[in-house]
Amino acid sequence: MAAGFKTAEPLEYHRSFLKENCRPDGRELGEFRPTTLNISSVSTADGSALVKIGNTTVICGIKAELTTPPSDAPNRGYIVPNVDLPPLCSSKFRPGPPGEQAQAASQFIADVIESSDLINMEELCIEKSKLCWVLYCDIMCLDYDGNLLDACIIVLLAALKNAQLPEVTINKETDLAEADIQKKKPLKINRLPVGSSFAVFDDSIIIVDPTAEEESLSTALLTVVTDEEDRLCAVHKPGGTSLSGEKLQHCINRAITRNKEISKLVDKVTESTKTAK
Amino acid sequence: MRTMMELHQSCSNLREYGSEQCLLSKPDGSSTFVQGDTSILAGVYGPAEVKVSKEIYDRATVEVLIQPKMGLPGVRERAREQCVRETCEAALLLTLHPRSSVTVVLQVIHDDGSLLSCCLNAACMALMDAGLPMSHLFCSVTCAISKEGQIITDPTALQEKESRALLTFAVDSVERTVLMSSTTGSFSVQELQQCIALSKKASEQIFQFYRESVKRRYSKIK
Repeated sequence: MAAGFKTAEPLEYHRSFLKENCRPDGRELGEFRPTTLNISSVSTADGSALVKIGNTTVICGIKAELTTPPSDAPNRGYIVPNVDLPPLCSSKFRPGPPGEQAQAASQFIADVIESSDLINMEELCIEKSKLCWVLYCDIMCLDYDGNLLDACIIVLLAALKNAQLPEVTINKETDLAEADIQKKKPLKINRLPVGSSFAVFDDSIIIVDPTAEEESLSTALLTVVTDEEDRLCAVHKPGGTSLSGEKLQHCINRAITRNKEISKLVDKVTESTKTAK
Repeated sequence: MRTMMELHQSCSNLREYGSEQCLLSKPDGSSTFVQGDTSILAGVYGPAEVKVSKEIYDRATVEVLIQPKMGLPGVRERAREQCVRETCEAALLLTLHPRSSVTVVLQVIHDDGSLLSCCLNAACMALMDAGLPMSHLFCSVTCAISKEGQIITDPTALQEKESRALLTFAVDSVERTVLMSSTTGSFSVQELQQCIALSKKASEQIFQFYRESVKRRYSKIK
């Protein structure tokens, strides 16, 4: 009977739970789904990670390539993130060129990388105007159940922490680059940006970490990205119904606590691989 | 029917802004919005037919296209389109036109900073010109935080380049709350609150301008 009600009137079904301050899957309004992280899952990539927030599964692979730096920034390397939402992850996405959600997510991740100063781009440069690293970060969603942006940020952070780049020297005689695969160095990560996504229901109730169903029924979505010094790297609310100042502040506070939880998780996983080696 | 170009000298910290409505003959509504040197031309078609794959059974489908001045639309334009589309969806009364489409096309004439804000303002004026029913109007203001911590509203392209953070907000006309927020760069919570307060103050001027320009336009029709 509940299943019938849920299909016929999904909004009323969710409202009846929200009135009791809980959600259909049993969570509190401010509770995130259990997050699990796995790194070095892809052996052919220079760095990789897989994250699951509830059912949402996102994998990231980092490939480092050598290239000439762009002419307007000759002493910096660059990072190229790309978010892919294949038809595998949800029936909402059809095969073909990337849709608006995938492209908007790719732009968002690129903005977060730049805003949070995640990696010092000058360190990716090997020789000014001649050679630099370009890191292609391919983020692919395997199972879409809402809260894509948070998962993408966590998986990118974990994959970059896990990435190992070989040392490259330029041979003075041949003027060619030589990569020493035996000597590998990890990347230096300056900041730990972590995102928290919220959905606004009926202009008044805010829930944390929405599932795909809750996202489709919500009236607005908000993602707040904070770094470990409690500075905001992004406040992304692409339209929808309005949000008052105090609710926004409440969301920012929740995002700051989430940052600490996820930083601990990422550190724990990175430490465990180090001890395993 | 063409109306006189409205050029308004702002008193506080916005650049000179102006708008013209109903300049194109084919779209149902059109407008240009000029902020300093940044200029956007908007055209609205709707309510019109929608492809069966995109139709929604109980409301209209909003599509936004942003054409850059040079080249083909890329990932950056898609992200801006998402912001404009969701802001328009919240403002329009979409349930009055089920299984229809509302298409907003924005052409960048010149970009000298505050591009997303100008796009949103032009879109709002074009939707008004098309006569589409809306529950509230919206306007947008961009704030740039310089490296010294100074907040500049409606920055030029040069000021944007030299800033350490750029925040764009869309404010609604009825309750003056934040509808849309898009930020780059890092900033503290206090700076965010200050920028929101400044944007709300600046939006008063823009809403006053909307009201005056529509009043002036319709008072000429006999």
